[in-house]
Amino acid sequence: MSMTGVDGEDRNDLTKEESRRIRQRSFALLRSLVKPVQKKVVLTAIVVVLSTALQVSGPALIGLGITVGLPALTDQNWMPLGIVVATYLVAAVLGSVSIAWYTILTAQLSQAMLLDLRKRVFVQTQRLSLEFHEKYTSGRIIARQTSDLDSIKELLGNGVNQLVQGGLYMLFIAVAMFIVDWVSGLVLLASLIPLAFLTRWFADRSEKLFRETRVASAKLIVHFVETMTGIRAVKAFRKEKRNEKEFAEHVEHYRDANSKVIQVFGLYDPGLMLIGNVTLGFVLLFGGMRVVNGELGIGLLLSALLYTRQFYGPMQEMAMFYNAYQAAAAALEKISGVLEERPTVPDPTGPIDLRQARGHVTFDGVTFAYNKDRVVLPSFDLDIPAGQTIALVGSTGAGKSTLAKLISRFYDPTEGAVLLDGVDLRKLHPKDLRRAIVMVTQEAYLFSGTVADNIALGKPDASREEIERAAKAVGAHEFIESLPNGYETDVNKRGGRVSAGQRQLLSFARAFIADPQVLILDEATASLDIPSERLVQDGLQTLLADRTAVIIAHRLSTVAIADRVLVMEHGRIVEDGAPADLIGGTGRFAQLHAAWRDSLV
Amino acid sequence: MSAAKATERKSELSTARAIARIYPYARAAMPRIGLGMLAALIGALVALFIPQVLRGLVDGPLSDGVLAAVWPAVALVLALGVLEAAMIALRRWFVLVPGTHVEARMRNDFYNKLQDLPVAFHDRWPSGQLLSRVVSDLGLIRRWLAFGVVLLVVNVVTIVIGFAFLLSINWMLGVLFMVCSTPLWIYGYLFEKKYSIVARRSQDQSGDLATSVEESVHGIRVLKAFGRGGHALKNFASQAEDLRGTEIEKARAIAGIWLWLLLVPDVTFALSLFGGAFLWLNGDITTGGLVAFFATATVLRWPVESIGFLLSMTFDTRTAVDRFFEVMDEVNTITDPEQPVSVTDPKGRLVFEDVHFRYQDSPARYPDLLDGIDLAIEPGETMALVGLTGSGKTTLTALATRLYDVTGGRILLDGVDIRDLSREELRTHIAMAFEDATLFSASVRDNVLLGRPDAGEDALAEALDIAQAKFVYDLPDGLDTRIGEEGLSLSGGQRQRLALARAVAARPEVLVLDDPLSALDVDTEALVEAALRKVLAATTALIVAHRPSTVMLADRVALLENGRVTAVGTHSELLATSEHYRFVISSLEDEQDDSRVEVNA
Ligand SMILES: Nc1ncnc2c1ncn2[C@@H]1O[C@H](COP(=O)(O)OP(=O)(O)OP(=O)(O)O)[C@@H](O)[C@H]1O
Ligand SMILES: Nc1ncnc2c1ncn2[C@@H]1O[C@H](COP(=O)(O)OP(=O)(O)OP(=O)(O)O)[C@@H](O)[C@H]1O
Ligand SMILES: [Mg+2]
Ligand SMILES: [Mg+2]
Repeated sequence: MSMTGVDGEDRNDLTKEESRRIRQRSFALLRSLVKPVQKKVVLTAIVVVLSTALQVSGPALIGLGITVGLPALTDQNWMPLGIVVATYLVAAVLGSVSIAWYTILTAQLSQAMLLDLRKRVFVQTQRLSLEFHEKYTSGRIIARQTSDLDSIKELLGNGVNQLVQGGLYMLFIAVAMFIVDWVSGLVLLASLIPLAFLTRWFADRSEKLFRETRVASAKLIVHFVETMTGIRAVKAFRKEKRNEKEFAEHVEHYRDANSKVIQVFGLYDPGLMLIGNVTLGFVLLFGGMRVVNGELGIGLLLSALLYTRQFYGPMQEMAMFYNAYQAAAAALEKISGVLEERPTVPDPTGPIDLRQARGHVTFDGVTFAYNKDRVVLPSFDLDIPAGQTIALVGSTGAGKSTLAKLISRFYDPTEGAVLLDGVDLRKLHPKDLRRAIVMVTQEAYLFSGTVADNIALGKPDASREEIERAAKAVGAHEFIESLPNGYETDVNKRGGRVSAGQRQLLSFARAFIADPQVLILDEATASLDIPSERLVQDGLQTLLADRTAVIIAHRLSTVAIADRVLVMEHGRIVEDGAPADLIGGTGRFAQLHAAWRDSLV
Repeated sequence: MSAAKATERKSELSTARAIARIYPYARAAMPRIGLGMLAALIGALVALFIPQVLRGLVDGPLSDGVLAAVWPAVALVLALGVLEAAMIALRRWFVLVPGTHVEARMRNDFYNKLQDLPVAFHDRWPSGQLLSRVVSDLGLIRRWLAFGVVLLVVNVVTIVIGFAFLLSINWMLGVLFMVCSTPLWIYGYLFEKKYSIVARRSQDQSGDLATSVEESVHGIRVLKAFGRGGHALKNFASQAEDLRGTEIEKARAIAGIWLWLLLVPDVTFALSLFGGAFLWLNGDITTGGLVAFFATATVLRWPVESIGFLLSMTFDTRTAVDRFFEVMDEVNTITDPEQPVSVTDPKGRLVFEDVHFRYQDSPARYPDLLDGIDLAIEPGETMALVGLTGSGKTTLTALATRLYDVTGGRILLDGVDIRDLSREELRTHIAMAFEDATLFSASVRDNVLLGRPDAGEDALAEALDIAQAKFVYDLPDGLDTRIGEEGLSLSGGQRQRLALARAVAARPEVLVLDDPLSALDVDTEALVEAALRKVLAATTALIVAHRPSTVMLADRVALLENGRVTAVGTHSELLATSEHYRFVISSLEDEQDDSRVEVNA
């Protein structure tokens, strides 16, 4: 089975081949992140090499001081010692300044990469089609952009820093060791063998465990987000206790996954220490013997011992950040999966130019199914001439919203095509498409932020006058003025600060200000009271004069402003005609309309 | 939650006291953390002891040239090395796992607290801020407990003991060493001030970023409909850039302390080498003493260097703890009474007595939103609530289940003030259907039986029947189909019917339905009404209505106007007597529109 994108994200039984592919994928992502900052990487590398070399010189200088400086002193010659100490001081100043510089450089570097990555994931999230979002769920995509990015931040911010520095440090120490005393150097080299085995064991064990923690933490986030989003229902239906139990299970799962990782690490770290200390013993043994035989100066033995200690010192720090590395690697795998997803509603490669749409919408042999096994729109043909206002009615679940979503290209038809002015929507540049077609969805979603911002979403560069004009046109101005800060009032998350009807009015004003050639209203007045609905309809009548519109409504009052009525049942148009003709007839609409009239009194 | 507020709060408590607030959570882990520290301390002492062995070795066998005497010393060094590693292992074993338990406990408590806090709290708090607390902040606290605090304490103690060793080797050199390192302590103190402000800002900004992420995901339909992904990206990017700025500022602070942490020891080493040579010349210190001195000082290097990182981690943790308790300290204003009474024989008489309510953020110059509501709904009666958009209908329904508490007056259920009932019991008696359906990503069954999880298949089938939601049987897995997040894979009317079924399935004494039929077509609406009538015959109900058709369900209608119920009566009574009622509900003009259509025909 070939695995792409987010497939297999929750699986723990990936084959070798699959794991390798995933690793390659995240590595490619990493490379692409480094690319734009390459120059800085080179600079940073130079600085870190310099600073590490300077730092590593310390023990050698001390050894030198003792071996060369002290004997000279007995001859009252302070020169050698003076030179050593002076060199040491210079190295110290340069070394620490360059480390500080390095710290700032890596921060700039890592933050630049992080920003890049954040934006990429954000853009990708926006680009992916609704189909993906519905399958993947918001909690998971949020987890990708929060906790996973946190892990990467942790790694880039501290980890890489430490890993690179530590790695270089070890390399330089090994070199210095050979310069100071080659036998000790060999001992150190030999110690790398058990070290490699230990590290290998750790890497193998922890990789899988880390993946498990990422999965567990994503589940936790999903549950958390859903509870907070639906807090009213949670309370009203007393779901707290049950939630408490479910959440505790997620927490426990995450805790256990985490503990397992930590336990593995808890063996690795002391293992390193052990290898380091045994090496120290051997360096001392071989060195001591040669000192006794007069083959090695005491000072140099000291240098070798100090180096051994320092060689394994950063190892431990690095091991600590290996944690960060693993966590980030697991996170990067997931993120690269999301980035690899191809939108099922892709942007065209060679878009056809459509600056000024007329608004002629055509369904040409369209078939559509959300899931393969259930066709929602079977073979659908429809022609909406430019400038026509259509009322789309039909029982719930008939496929009205689906039709609307196809016109606004939330989904692409399974077969056939939807055309705007004769151009397949799939060939339109998203900018042109969105300028020409705007839909007010059944769910009036507001963003936290001011009323003005929410309206201006329809036209980001709108002036205050335009915003107020739009609000007035839909009859929202009055209530907005009565809010504590008028247009500057924060509507809170999801517009919780205003009532359902007010939310609809604001989404309406948003569409109004966007001023598209084709306007789709999906139950946009369902939560309004009758007087507001009337106002909206008046506004619509002027607005829609020279525009194409599809108005979905169960309240048949909309029919009054429509040129044409479509009645939909089970994904098919069962009636199509001018309102008066249909009402006068004996079909489905006449019956609906009569029922509706009765319901008014 | 702004940085300014953070600094203001900061002065209130010292870092230690602020962090100490997690003691109740950490208490159980304390013994193990203590033991871990002990093990670490022993390890550190052992490490410090190794140089002493070296000293003996250098001054003894190595200078005397006795090869046989080298062996025991080497063996001792090896033994000490193994012991040190064992101690590290022990430390890990002691502290790592308890940290995860503390984290899990805090996470559960945080979640439960959030579930318990009233809706008003959730209105106010951006979801991302909560998410970043429950994920990142708690993770940070765990890591700090697992090694931050342990290493901080142990390293400081090691440094102190190490100084003692240095003093014992040669007091003059030791004093020199200590004097030289004072700038470190001064800088460390200054660092705290500078760093913690930036740390707080960075964590708050991460929370804001998480909020943006969350909204961009939940609001994806709107962003797509208007093609505003780019616009959202701009906002997101500017926030992310702010965060980057803060992070780099943080790195500058860290670079500052790094500079000193590296420079000071190195300079001290150089000076000590010079001073040591001088002393050696005067015969005040042996070569072995010098070796031991530098070996000890080297052992101390890592503890000293680590202080910078540990301090910044500690301040980060302090901020995380502050942020955690910011939520935990919230006083829940809607709690269960000390001694809850119980409605023994619930009949479902719901009475509003001079009920006043205003939202917290409502300016003083505004009158109460609900300004003295008097309304009695008799057992079995169905009352419709009618009023203009924004008149406070939803608010009134939310009061009945204590999603908000009245700010004046009281609400009685069967003669008992609802605040004297436990929330659990109250919400068993009263079930709601919200104006937005708020479904969860669970099976259809779980969603419908949310209010009565133990109900059988019959009850489920009956509720689905009443709500005309039989379409669920046609879903791919029938009742076990997982409906997508927030039910968005269903049509608007399907969602609403499930929410209605959910309320009905709870079989409460009182049903509160907020505009329950707004998304239904005329036919389905009629069917639901017919079925509902049977249920409503035996159940008290409060139904918010915008349309005459919904009003028809009710025995009586209450008209909400300017925060009061200004008229109660049957639909036709009110039509005859209340001008405002006619204005709100009458579709006179609609009919005129229709007649116009008919005339045209
Ligand atoms: N995202 C989705 N995934 C899978 N099935 C879906 C999805 N959205 C809608 N459906 C199904 O497709 C059918 C048509 O839904 P649609 O939303 O178009 O109905 P509608 O005519 O708008 O109804 P309503 O008047 O209730 O809003 C329904 O049976 C619904 O369950
Ligand atoms: N959480 C809140 N905080 C502050 N004010 C709010 C909050 N929720 C609603 N309001 C305000 O209180 C008023 C009443 O809102 P409510 O939702 O009760 O109206 P409604 O009668 O249900 O309207 P609709 O018919 O549109 O649903 C509105 O003006 C709204 O702006
Ligand atoms: Mg729909
Ligand atoms: Mg409402």
